[in-house]
Amino acid sequence: MTEALPTLWFVLIAVLWAGYLFLEGFDLGVGMLMKLLARNDTQRRVLLNTVGPVWDGNEVWLITAVGATFAAFPSWYASLLSALYLPFLLVLLGLIFRAVAFEWRGKRDGDAWRGRWDWAIAVGSFTAAAGIGAALALTTTGLPLDADGNRVGGAFAWATLPALLGAAAVVLFCLVHAAAFITLKTEGRVRGQAERLFRRLLPVAMIPFLGWALLVQLDSGSVITWLAVVLAVAAVTASYRCSVIGRDGRAFAALGAGMLALVGSIFGAVFPVVLPSTLDAAFDLTVQNASSSPYTLGLMSVVACFGLPLVLAYQAWTYWVFRRRVSEASIPAAHAVAAL
Amino acid sequence: MEALEIARWQFGITTVYHFLMVPLTIGLGLLVAMMQTMWHRTGKEHYLRMTKFWGKLFLINFIMGVATGLVQEFQFGMAWSEYSRFVGDVFGAPLAMEALLAFFVESTFLGLWIFGWNRLPRLIHLLCLWAAVLASVFSAYFILVANSWMQHPVGVEMVDGRPVMVDAWAVFTNNTALVAFPHTVFGALAVAGAFLLGISWYHLWKRRHDGLDTLAADGTLTIGGSGARDAVDHRVWLRSARAGAVVAMIAFAGTGITGDLQGKLMFDQQPMKMAAAEAACHDGTGFSILSVGNLGAQSCDDITAVIEVPGVLSFLANGDFTTEVKGVNTLLPEYQEKYGTTLPDDPMYGERAGTAIDYLPVMEVTYWGFRIMIGFGAIAAAAAGAALWVLRKGTVPQSRWLMRLAVFGILAPFGANSAGWIFTEMGRQPFVVAPNPDPSGIDSVFMFTAAAVSPGVSLAELVVSLVALTSVYAVLLVVEVRLLFTYVRGGTASAMPELAHDDDHPGAPTGRKDDGDVLAFAY
Ligand code: HDD
Ligand code: HEM
Ligand code: HEM
Repeated sequence: MTEALPTLWFVLIAVLWAGYLFLEGFDLGVGMLMKLLARNDTQRRVLLNTVGPVWDGNEVWLITAVGATFAAFPSWYASLLSALYLPFLLVLLGLIFRAVAFEWRGKRDGDAWRGRWDWAIAVGSFTAAAGIGAALALTTTGLPLDADGNRVGGAFAWATLPALLGAAAVVLFCLVHAAAFITLKTEGRVRGQAERLFRRLLPVAMIPFLGWALLVQLDSGSVITWLAVVLAVAAVTASYRCSVIGRDGRAFAALGAGMLALVGSIFGAVFPVVLPSTLDAAFDLTVQNASSSPYTLGLMSVVACFGLPLVLAYQAWTYWVFRRRVSEASIPAAHAVAAL
Repeated sequence: MEALEIARWQFGITTVYHFLMVPLTIGLGLLVAMMQTMWHRTGKEHYLRMTKFWGKLFLINFIMGVATGLVQEFQFGMAWSEYSRFVGDVFGAPLAMEALLAFFVESTFLGLWIFGWNRLPRLIHLLCLWAAVLASVFSAYFILVANSWMQHPVGVEMVDGRPVMVDAWAVFTNNTALVAFPHTVFGALAVAGAFLLGISWYHLWKRRHDGLDTLAADGTLTIGGSGARDAVDHRVWLRSARAGAVVAMIAFAGTGITGDLQGKLMFDQQPMKMAAAEAACHDGTGFSILSVGNLGAQSCDDITAVIEVPGVLSFLANGDFTTEVKGVNTLLPEYQEKYGTTLPDDPMYGERAGTAIDYLPVMEVTYWGFRIMIGFGAIAAAAAGAALWVLRKGTVPQSRWLMRLAVFGILAPFGANSAGWIFTEMGRQPFVVAPNPDPSGIDSVFMFTAAAVSPGVSLAELVVSLVALTSVYAVLLVVEVRLLFTYVRGGTASAMPELAHDDDHPGAPTGRKDDGDVLAFAY
């Protein structure tokens, strides 16, 4: 039983990351599309309001993934975050700007004010997506870590091809995923634009993600994880087909399923290594040598058993409450605050 | 400058900054939830306006709490990787639970509350706010459990040189956490009380200044005005001001009672912190109100207590007036004997291995931190009492000077909170996890701050992040304060467009089609 706990937590952390990519995936994408898709302020507000009530809840998936890593695999948390010091700094700055921009953008009237926050949202979302993509790719392909789990090779030792691949994978996934989401959540012109973007982008957008998955498979894939890759390709193809025949809901779900299958194939293939060392396989951090004590993991398992289903339930309810599509007609006039 | 120093500055700055937003979020959140509850129960217009107005300020601030909290979550791993490895088994659990059990509820239900006006049934909408607000209180409990473990490590055993959790109950009912939690929540309420009082005072003053309310010589108050600034508006500010004053006073009493309990624990658990808080060199019983001499010299011989109240220090520490509280001169040799005079020759200390350990925290900071915390809290509470007296007439004096004082007074409890944290954290130095001579703590579990920093991270990286984070924080603080000012000046109409646009029927959502087409609230 105690042998199984670290494995269970590895699976749970993979689930948290997958949940994060699925949920915040579309709101990071919506953030980037503020500058790429919307043509005027009302359209930008339509985009914002598709994620308005939910983006903060989605972001907590990231906080929980990181917090759970700290609790369950302290060495993984410590080595990954300190080795990727600068990338995580950029992620944090991006998320800071994005968060305040969402909330403050509409709090004053004025094109310059709004324009600045639009850039903050777009650039912040891009940086966060790219940084997290790079970090996830590197934790599956390896970093130059010494025997104590500390990075050697300087501040930019992480700047490698896999990092770039991971960054591109997550950024592009967020963009198409958001296009599918916007198609589902809006009406009118914005919806048409998003639909066209989705179809144009999808055939190329998942290529880097697939590349990352293949890179990992070639190194340590098993039959099951290869099967997951095949499944992912089929799901993405199905997503395209569904979009062409106008089944937006299915297109969105199939793309999401494709991403989940890829994440599954990646984490499945690297198991039981959580963070390989590119210097010496003896320095690899693994599910066994990086994990907390069975007591802590047991405690956390009980908490997660209650907590996670509850989170899923009330977050699903939120999406139900705000299920109505947003259109340019549903956006109220901007409200200017006048001094008395 | 060394990497360690930069990392400490960065942690201190980012955490104190996070804790500027936190008390306002916790305190104001609770008060806004009360306001909406009153509106729900009585249906009175002024409660609705209070909910909307204070709720708007709450949100402007809340988001900064979220943005800065994110940095905290990552920072332990980024800059303090040795610390994370050392304590992860026990310290990570409360952090993960905070995210899973508190942050999810907080952010999801707050989203429902913000966007759910007119869309959710009223009772559900109210309950969403309560869920979010109580979750933020709950989050404070979890993080304080984590922090209290650093002050008073319990519930662990040392295995292979690392603390491993063996008793979760002991960790989650750590007596240090159980008193720090109410102390912090009362501190947060003190902030919210002063916030309500100061801003409402401004509006009551402004109404008099603009000639809406007049106070005759015999004390009869005539309330005038129309539209968004009608008689209901007057009630909004008067109720808020009185509520704020009462909350501030109760909160101070609460911090005093719980703070006293904390003092007693500190005396047992971290005697050096107690001595440093007093700048007490020799054993004694007196509480110093003013000590002179060069606190910064880190040498006891220069310090003389000028005003000292006999017995009070004993009371703070032990509940009587005669127990001698150990001074620095007695404690230093005890610490040196127990924990060594130089940092061990362990690679984890890097170049610092073998250097002398200074067990005395920076006394200027501990001494003044302790006094500023109590002093600013007391000033705010006294001012709140005076304000309540002045408000009995139903409005405030016309003095512009007094109004400014009320608004500036908002800063006092913020200062008390920051001072409290700075005292607690810097008083723990040179340890990041403090050893406890008290038998209920585990004396062998401790970690020097010097050993906690990330060995692989370069000085340059830390400097870059320190500069980036502090400059971004500085800019955002300016923006936040300006936004708050704009919304404060705009009064209730700033939070209720329907008041601004439809002066004849305040409160009634007329003039706009709200029949489901147009969002009641949109970014
Ligand atoms: C006593 C209270 C308290 C203390 C000591 C701290 N925080 Fe905090 N934190 C809160 C009370 C709080 C809060 C009131 O719950 C906040 C403020 C605004 C908010 O959204 O929640 C919050 C937000 C917040 C968030 C964003 C949550 C979200 O997205 O909703 C994170 C990740 C953290 N905090 C993490 C930390 C860490 C790692 C700390 C330790 C150094 C820390 N906080 C100190
Ligand atoms: C939010 C309120 C808090 C404030 C204002 C605060 C303040 C500070 C300050 C000023 C320092 C620097 C001390 C020094 O270097 O001399 C520090 C250090 C530290 N604090 Fe806190 N702290 C807070 C909460 C916490 C919590 C809740 C934790 C843990 C969960 C924590 C963990 C640490 C750690 C790991 C350090 C290491 C750096 C060091 O000791 O120098 N702090 N904090
Ligand atoms: C008579 C009044 C007070 C007393 C006796 C008191 C006592 C204390 C003590 C002994 C500590 C340190 C705990 C430790 O390091 O172990 C502390 C911490 C703290 N105090 Fe106070 N305090 C008082 C008033 C206030 C007020 C008015 C505020 C804020 C408005 C405040 C905010 C804080 C905070 C934020 C901390 C750090 C967190 C914690 O340890 O709970 N205190 N206080």
